[in-house]
Amino acid sequence: MDSDPFAAELESHRRYLLRVAQLQLRDQDVAEDVVQDTLFAALTGRDGFSGRSSLKTWLTGILKHKIVDVIRQRKRQPVLESMFEEETDLEDFDPLFRDDGGWAAPPADWGDPENALSRREFFDIMEFCLEKLPANTARVFMMREVMELETDEICKELTITANNLWVILYRARMALRECLEQNWFSGQARA
Amino acid sequence: MFHRLTHMVSCKEATRLLSQGEERRLALGERVKLGLHLRVCGACSRFEAQLKLMREALARYRR
Repeated sequence: MDSDPFAAELESHRRYLLRVAQLQLRDQDVAEDVVQDTLFAALTGRDGFSGRSSLKTWLTGILKHKIVDVIRQRKRQPVLESMFEEETDLEDFDPLFRDDGGWAAPPADWGDPENALSRREFFDIMEFCLEKLPANTARVFMMREVMELETDEICKELTITANNLWVILYRARMALRECLEQNWFSGQARA
Repeated sequence: MFHRLTHMVSCKEATRLLSQGEERRLALGERVKLGLHLRVCGACSRFEAQLKLMREALARYRR
């Protein structure tokens, strides 16, 4: 198997898949299991890979189904809902804004966006920032922005309302924005 | 009615609308309020550009 170039190429995406799975499942063992399943499914189903999309995109698609399966099985555990209440129950107070609704600290100038996007280190910082999000916030955000699930699909799988979803995604974007600004755009990093 | 359409939204509200705009099509009234706000608010216009950059970064991350 080691001499199989396709298997080697699959293997090169393991780290990315693990990060993405871990952010949504918050359980290292389960994350490793779904990634193993994903890579195995890809290896045995390689004929299904058309080459129209990148291998990474194809793998992400397989991983998405595996993760949704795990979340469905977990649904029977009531833990999930109470955790969501904590993370969506933040409507009243928002330290990012003053009482009159103006920015407490307006966004800084991020300079030339291409500069960040062309740097490998920027994506390391982004992963760091995603890992800092509260567990359920990260899960929803990853389902939306990386797995590219439709919003009604996420609501259905996680049994949350559309309004909850909007609040969670809003929080995620605000937190990610702040973290990127602090750790990339305002420091030496982008120079 | 006209008065309400032109009534300014706060930055807090504008950022929420910008975020929600990625999940749903905003209503006409919301788009008008948001558009007026962005025309006069540099901080929120900057925020809008940063949202766009984050979206692009995530797209490259998954590709």
